Amino acid sequence: MPVSTENMVKVFERPNSLNESQFSYCPGCHHGVVTRIVAQTIDELEIRERTVLVAPVGCSVSMYQWFRCDGTQASHGRACAVATGLKRVNPNLIVFTYQGDGDLAAIGTAESIHAANRGENITVIFINNQIYGMTGGQMAPTTLLGQWATSCPDGREGSLAGYPLRFAEMVAQLEAPVYVTRQSVYDQKRIMATTRAIMKAFRYQVEGKGYALVEVLTNCPTNWKMGPVEANRRLADEVVKTFPLGDLVDRGQSG
Amino acid sequence: MDNTFIFAGFGGQGVILAGKLLAQAGTEYGLHVTWLPSYGPEMRGGTANCTIVLSDEPIGSPVVDTPTGLIAMNLPSLDRFEKAVAGSGTIVVNSSLVARQVEREDVRALALPLNDIAASLGNPRAANMVALGALVKATGAVPLETVQRAVTTMLGHKASSELIEVNKRALAAGYEAV
Amino acid sequence: MGADTIDKVLMTGNEAMAEAGIRAGCRAYFGYPITPQNELLEYMSAHMPQAGGAFIQAESEIAAINMCYGASAAGVRTMTSSSSPGISLKMEGISYIAGADLPCVIVNVVRGGPGLGNIAPAQGDYFQATKGGGHGDYRMIVLGPSTIPEATEHVMLAFELADKYRGPVMILADGMLGQMMEPVVLPKPVDPATLPAKPWALTGAKGREPNIVTSFYLDPEELNMMDVKRESRYRQIEEQEVRYEEHETADATVVIAAYGSVARIARTVVKMARGEGIKLGLLRPISLWPFPYAPLRAIADRVDAILTVEMNAGQMVEDVRLAVAERAQTPFYGVLGGLVPTPKDILREVKRYAG
Repeated sequence: MPVSTENMVKVFERPNSLNESQFSYCPGCHHGVVTRIVAQTIDELEIRERTVLVAPVGCSVSMYQWFRCDGTQASHGRACAVATGLKRVNPNLIVFTYQGDGDLAAIGTAESIHAANRGENITVIFINNQIYGMTGGQMAPTTLLGQWATSCPDGREGSLAGYPLRFAEMVAQLEAPVYVTRQSVYDQKRIMATTRAIMKAFRYQVEGKGYALVEVLTNCPTNWKMGPVEANRRLADEVVKTFPLGDLVDRGQSG
Repeated sequence: MDNTFIFAGFGGQGVILAGKLLAQAGTEYGLHVTWLPSYGPEMRGGTANCTIVLSDEPIGSPVVDTPTGLIAMNLPSLDRFEKAVAGSGTIVVNSSLVARQVEREDVRALALPLNDIAASLGNPRAANMVALGALVKATGAVPLETVQRAVTTMLGHKASSELIEVNKRALAAGYEAV
Repeated sequence: MGADTIDKVLMTGNEAMAEAGIRAGCRAYFGYPITPQNELLEYMSAHMPQAGGAFIQAESEIAAINMCYGASAAGVRTMTSSSSPGISLKMEGISYIAGADLPCVIVNVVRGGPGLGNIAPAQGDYFQATKGGGHGDYRMIVLGPSTIPEATEHVMLAFELADKYRGPVMILADGMLGQMMEPVVLPKPVDPATLPAKPWALTGAKGREPNIVTSFYLDPEELNMMDVKRESRYRQIEEQEVRYEEHETADATVVIAAYGSVARIARTVVKMARGEGIKLGLLRPISLWPFPYAPLRAIADRVDAILTVEMNAGQMVEDVRLAVAERAQTPFYGVLGGLVPTPKDILREVKRYAG
């Protein structure tokens, strides 16, 4: 029997800040979830018409093609420097970067840290999936010890390849950032928490409070060689032990 | 007519400042001017120096092979640049520190106890100004008053009025010593 | 004395180029300390905020050029400066700026190299500036000022050209030009509000479709289209923006080809040589890209030799030889290591080819 939609209420739709094109992320990847949350947040804060997104090099390199707001694309690792330039000359813009672990925490470490240290009034969304996605599964600065990657075929060995870099903790040591948090999206509860965190990060920028970093632990089923369910379980059971979830800094509450 | 000068001495003897002051005076006098700190082949060798060109025509090279005037605040500077000075040029030598005479006979040598003159004015550090005063008298490159006015232009916003006066007096003392 | 003295200010090249930038309507400067360009950065730190613009001493030259990318994408006249090793670091960013069709002015106060080299004047970055430097098919207008007044004019011009052709423009100075002082008449300030609008800028997608600033075109057909479009702009630049100066070339039998600081030293050599009866002239390329091939070719037909003089091991001489081919002798005289040739050095060299 056909279902009538006559009396149904539409409770979930494509955010207004996204256009009709499709994300280029792999099936089961968390990128799509986080990218959508960002779009929702822009809708809710009604800032689409003054938002500029800075796409990285990585899986979200062409992110600007999906959004109905102005956008640019930074050279590998330099998104925070590009965002700094945009925001400093036009403080009315809402500027955010969306970067992976290689972009933000390896090649772009200096730009990422120093934008945070200057307290640039920008929002940084940091996708930590512990691997290089776009280039095909090489080791990331956030790759767990023992984790396999195409460039550490025997698993990451700390004494040779260094240790998982806890970027949120590094930024939390600085004086300027107003909000630093690590979240994940492996279940509904975490998705809701990430949504609240991203909302807070953007709201602080709108209120002129300053720099916010939302690190999101995500999966990469393609390069982890796992199904999405198994990948989610790995995040919940294993990855969070190296990268604990929660707020590290929140100086935006008062005033 | 080009006046080309090299001011040389130990770091701290104020040759760079004296050179800038002459450049400023030249500018205020309406001349074409270049001031070049110690670059070029002569930068090797331990003396601080600068080259100043004053001209009533646009200046080509700010690098000078044969200066028409030299201030040598110490012996290494005299040793280095004496031979380069143009025939019938002027050499101001700081006889407070340099024991030997100028060997060239085709130049005008002015051996003046620059440190002692400056000390007698109450500021031994103004020896560079004494030298500059002597040089502008000997060469007529710019009037003394223009150099004195340039002291105010250059230092007015950062130096005390007392220090400015000391520098102006040192310029005058050098001028009168020639 | 003269009436013009009131407006003349004695400044170092570095300071004059900074002030000229502000007067050109530049409202974003990002840089990193490196000798011999520090005075430019320091001048900007004091004066850019007064002009209501953005100044940041960045964490690196890489960060600085990418801040420029962002500020320029926002539609603001933007500038950075550095010296040779720092310019190498900026090269990736310059390629992105070219690829994203962004205007930006870059000052290179060239020092001795390669590697850390030294802090003395040199011209060893000619190839890097005029032949690419960064990756990919792009061109950059390169201006080689010879004096401080000209350097200030070039900064004004560089901003106009950068906006007009939407690309990076470099001022190729050197440590001598940066550090020396000369009186300048400062140009009249440009009010940024009066500059032509930049409809492509990232100002927020209000009442229009989103603007995108990118150099990324995954589809080869699409990238080809963008590259070809840019190439046609480059041809237009080659036709319209060649700048050079000829000095005493009409009856010359030998002509010096030199740019920047060396060219002004060569001017004195021309005077000295003519005093000795040697018919010496000077051709001074002002735009190093586009290079004045045609004027050089024309001169080559009527002289015995074109002597290229540079503070490097022979870089611009390759362009001179390309222009001259077999029409005249094309000897080269270069000094390396941050040494500066004196008029006598150059005259001695001229005499080898004169008469």
